[in-house]
Amino acid sequence: MEILVCARRVPDTSENEIQLNRAGNDIERDELVYSINEPDNYAVEEALQIVSRVGGNVTVATVGSGDDEEILRREMAMGANHGILITDDAFAGSDGRGIAAILKALVQKGKYDLVLTGVQAEDGGAQVGGMLAAMLDYPFSSLVNSIEVLDRKLKISREIAGGEKEISEIDLPCVLSVQTGINEPRYVGMKGIRAVASLPVPNLGAADLGVDPATVGASGARVTRVDYFVPAAGKTAEMLTGSREENIEKVFELVAAKGGLK
Amino acid sequence: MPRIFAYIVHRNGVVDDSAAELAAAATKIDAAAAPTALVVGSGAELDAVCAALPAGFAEVWKISNEALAYPNAELIRKALLKVVPANSLVLVAHEHFGIDLAPGLSIKLNAAFVSDVVGIEGVEGNSLKLVRQEFGGQVSAHVKCDASSGAVLTIRPGTFKSEESGISAAPVVDKSSEIGPLTAGRRYLQTIVPESGDVDITKHAVLVSVGRGIQEKDNIAIAEELAEALGAAVSCSRPVVDAKWLEKSRQVGSSGKTVKPKVYMACGISGSFQHLAGLKGNPFIIAINKNPKAPIFQVADIGIVDDILEFLPELTSKVREMQTVSAK
Repeated sequence: MEILVCARRVPDTSENEIQLNRAGNDIERDELVYSINEPDNYAVEEALQIVSRVGGNVTVATVGSGDDEEILRREMAMGANHGILITDDAFAGSDGRGIAAILKALVQKGKYDLVLTGVQAEDGGAQVGGMLAAMLDYPFSSLVNSIEVLDRKLKISREIAGGEKEISEIDLPCVLSVQTGINEPRYVGMKGIRAVASLPVPNLGAADLGVDPATVGASGARVTRVDYFVPAAGKTAEMLTGSREENIEKVFELVAAKGGLK
Repeated sequence: MPRIFAYIVHRNGVVDDSAAELAAAATKIDAAAAPTALVVGSGAELDAVCAALPAGFAEVWKISNEALAYPNAELIRKALLKVVPANSLVLVAHEHFGIDLAPGLSIKLNAAFVSDVVGIEGVEGNSLKLVRQEFGGQVSAHVKCDASSGAVLTIRPGTFKSEESGISAAPVVDKSSEIGPLTAGRRYLQTIVPESGDVDITKHAVLVSVGRGIQEKDNIAIAEELAEALGAAVSCSRPVVDAKWLEKSRQVGSSGKTVKPKVYMACGISGSFQHLAGLKGNPFIIAINKNPKAPIFQVADIGIVDDILEFLPELTSKVREMQTVSAK
């Protein structure tokens, strides 16, 4: 099975406090720690596990800039066979539809049986996978938390409310957005990343993909972020600012007062 | 102003709370005209849904088709494309079904798409000014959406409150004959209900709930010791289940359990809206988190900026000490 995984490099929210910059028009990006978007990493792991069962290749692609190559190499160190950096000045400022249009061109240049994305990016909207599928007229499922390969189709499970699982079969080729927790992504060490450092990562631009620059990037975007802001606080917690001992005393009293002690 | 539609989520003949919220959101876009409800399904159950819709809709478009007995997003998209006119605004709840339907629907309608909208600040011509949250709710963003060819918006559940009460008296227009046969590349087979697990977190008055801040599996014991001292249960947020540190049955949130404790201790939990969606009954929330910007502090009653790996064991010692004192 030939599998394409669409991934992104994002600020890692478990490593950073996200704050506004001085101008208030963006988040403060100096010293941010970036990593692969967590759900995308689960998607790559799932692709690797599928290929280990039924054979094939895993290609990881991202739309971005030179800095984003590091996540491709990281996923190649996990075992992905190929990385593709899709990069062009004309792509800057693309909205979700623009990114989906660029990825559509990539899918049509290859021969992929299955396209995976992560369910959502930290600063995204759980949108590109569903858009890409509709553009390709492929079937789609979001929130996928298990994948079993059958003959020219898959049996999949979707996470729905209350921990229930919705089981479906879906024809190939298709697009699936993968939920976190579907597997346990393997560890990647520095040694693994060094081992793939010399492998080629081709760069593809608008001309290579046959994408009309006017339809993507800022000029094609119908949805634009105007600014970032921190909303005026409504109800906020009463912050306990005493010593740890005082805070523990207070929490103990409160839990007791609220009827919380056995 | 283009026509506004609201897709109605329902299950077993019961209308989801999001229906009234979408009607409220629509009035933020167009105060002059109430939206049209899109009610899709099949049979008598669908008629029950039409009869139970909340007030706030101008009209109800009913689409009944045997193939739509189970809400399959691909089939429903194909049905909607038969009836929803070009340049419309379509509102869909941002939950598991909406996430499945809305992005592809926007492509097929050639409409703009904005997901997980938490605020609607205004309309200028064909441009909508909307509010989203990013990075787990740590910052918000104003988003401009060019809706001149229509737009599909998913609306975060619980953010828009309806001013109206009562049941809809809007006329029901049956659009079923316009649909025709429907087939999809994805076919529903069955729904699997989760096993109940060893501890029922929905039955506890106090929950010691842990998030990513617990850092590793071995540290779960820290929360269990506190829970034992308090007579509480340990629950958790999604990352803890993803990492396989606790069973799915311990997860609080929209994809986990809905709980109604008296006291909820959120320990190292950032407080995503999906997590908070599982907290009902207005519990007293005590949040402990190393990150002073964690969104959980926006909803908690009491907040402490501290490392739970140090705070919780000391709290456990305190509880045990006091119990020893009171036992004497």
